[in-house]
Amino acid sequence: MALEIGIAAVKALVVLLMVLQLAGLLGWVERKGSALIQDRIGANRAAVFGFAGAGLVNTLMADPLKFITKEDVVPANADRLLHFLAPCVSLFPALVAFAVIPFGDVLDVGGRVINLQVAPLNVGILYILAMVSLGVYGVVLGGWASNNRWSLLGGIRGSAQMISYELAVGLAIVAMVMTYGSLDLQQMARAQGGVLASWLPVPAWGIFYQPLAFLILLCGGIAESKRIPFDLPEAESELVSGYFTEYSGVKHLMFFMTDFVEVIIVSGLLATMFFGGWQVPFLARDGFHFPGGGVALLPQIVVALLQIVSFMVKVFFFCWLQIMIRWTLPRFRYDQLMRLGWKGLLPLALANVVLTAGIILAVQG
Amino acid sequence: MSLPLFLAFAVLMVASALGVILQRNPVRSALSLVITLFLLAVTFLFLDAYLVALLQVIVYAGAIMVLFLFVIMLLNLGVEPQDPGRLGLKMFGTLAASLLALELIAVARAPGPMPGSGMAGATPPYFGTVEALGTRLFTHYVLPFEITSILLLVAIIGAVVMAKRTPT
Repeated sequence: MALEIGIAAVKALVVLLMVLQLAGLLGWVERKGSALIQDRIGANRAAVFGFAGAGLVNTLMADPLKFITKEDVVPANADRLLHFLAPCVSLFPALVAFAVIPFGDVLDVGGRVINLQVAPLNVGILYILAMVSLGVYGVVLGGWASNNRWSLLGGIRGSAQMISYELAVGLAIVAMVMTYGSLDLQQMARAQGGVLASWLPVPAWGIFYQPLAFLILLCGGIAESKRIPFDLPEAESELVSGYFTEYSGVKHLMFFMTDFVEVIIVSGLLATMFFGGWQVPFLARDGFHFPGGGVALLPQIVVALLQIVSFMVKVFFFCWLQIMIRWTLPRFRYDQLMRLGWKGLLPLALANVVLTAGIILAVQG
Repeated sequence: MSLPLFLAFAVLMVASALGVILQRNPVRSALSLVITLFLLAVTFLFLDAYLVALLQVIVYAGAIMVLFLFVIMLLNLGVEPQDPGRLGLKMFGTLAASLLALELIAVARAPGPMPGSGMAGATPPYFGTVEALGTRLFTHYVLPFEITSILLLVAIIGAVVMAKRTPT
């Protein structure tokens, strides 16, 4: 019993630290990547004994230090309690949402089989939706508690936007649940282990079954994380900085981290549901089984490591993709944003659900 | 279900429910309601009803209450002033609350087993899972389920009609 609690605690800690580390690294990718796109040099000022590490010292050491040592300003007549709570309410649900995303199949340690997923919930994907919907409060409260017109406008925009896109995202996920017949992300990842057909040696990943759901979830996911082209809640050119205009120091850093953690969750979801999650093509629990008939057996620990690396590569790819989108596209207008959500993505997602149901009926019946 | 844990959450839930009616600030009241609904979801977790718990968070705490807050913020309601004029309303509220309390006491003191008293002990396998709930909903409760969905559809169409009506 104590051992089991220990294993669960270690898994939770490892995943939490991985998400936080990746969020920090993404700050570096974002600043250096944007510099690359805009033909600048980017963060290169800070250095320790002349060592700048291509901006790593700047983004991973100097920036956090600056945030932590800054004065924490609370505007006059602001609701102090809610002003303090808003960044916490924003960051916490995002951090715990990763618990149901599997980062590997199983790890066999001395006869004890460890499921490489922090929380094997029967209702896994709904848990992520629940946590994301709680994250809205961070935006709403931040906007309201600051006692600032720009913040309030940002908060109102943010809540309307996140509720609107939750619908399309939810319906896209419904189609995926119908495809896999399970809400547990680990089951979904396991279902993508084979090949499409014996004459077509392509991994049976979700993207080949549900390309439309993938596009809807990608758009909706970026909109849920409120990043350009969907960053109307902060829109620097109109609202200064939207719902976190009046935040400085560590509280500002927490909103900043929430952004990146949400990017990582969207990436983890996309990788798990559409690109096999931790699956490596043709890799089963005992080693590689190539379609030509070749077999390369591997020890279990190597298989588990390969799977974890595969999952991390996929997650990092989607993080990179989202950062590239963020620095390439201009911002939507607010009416365009609402039209895309309600008249574009929502009907498409509904049609996708009906189509999926029809195909499942035709195949099974 | 462990009793001390349940009691801790129950006390918190009653406290936050009291916060809904005792706070003067509408935003803080709404937030207390969010906390109450969230703690209610935790109580569902104690009963092994994971799906109901998560739906409670997604639908009530996550969606409906955000709309409440949205409206409060949009109307920019300030702190509600003390209103001594509505004595009739207060008397009506007290009456309704006492009737409810009497009813609860009557149920608790009624002879015979308490409702749900035979359900203590281990829950059957698959209890509260999506499969079990879905099967139940689409076989035993299919008529109420469909009628509810038609009711919601009527409400949506009504909202659209009212929103589209041009001001004269």
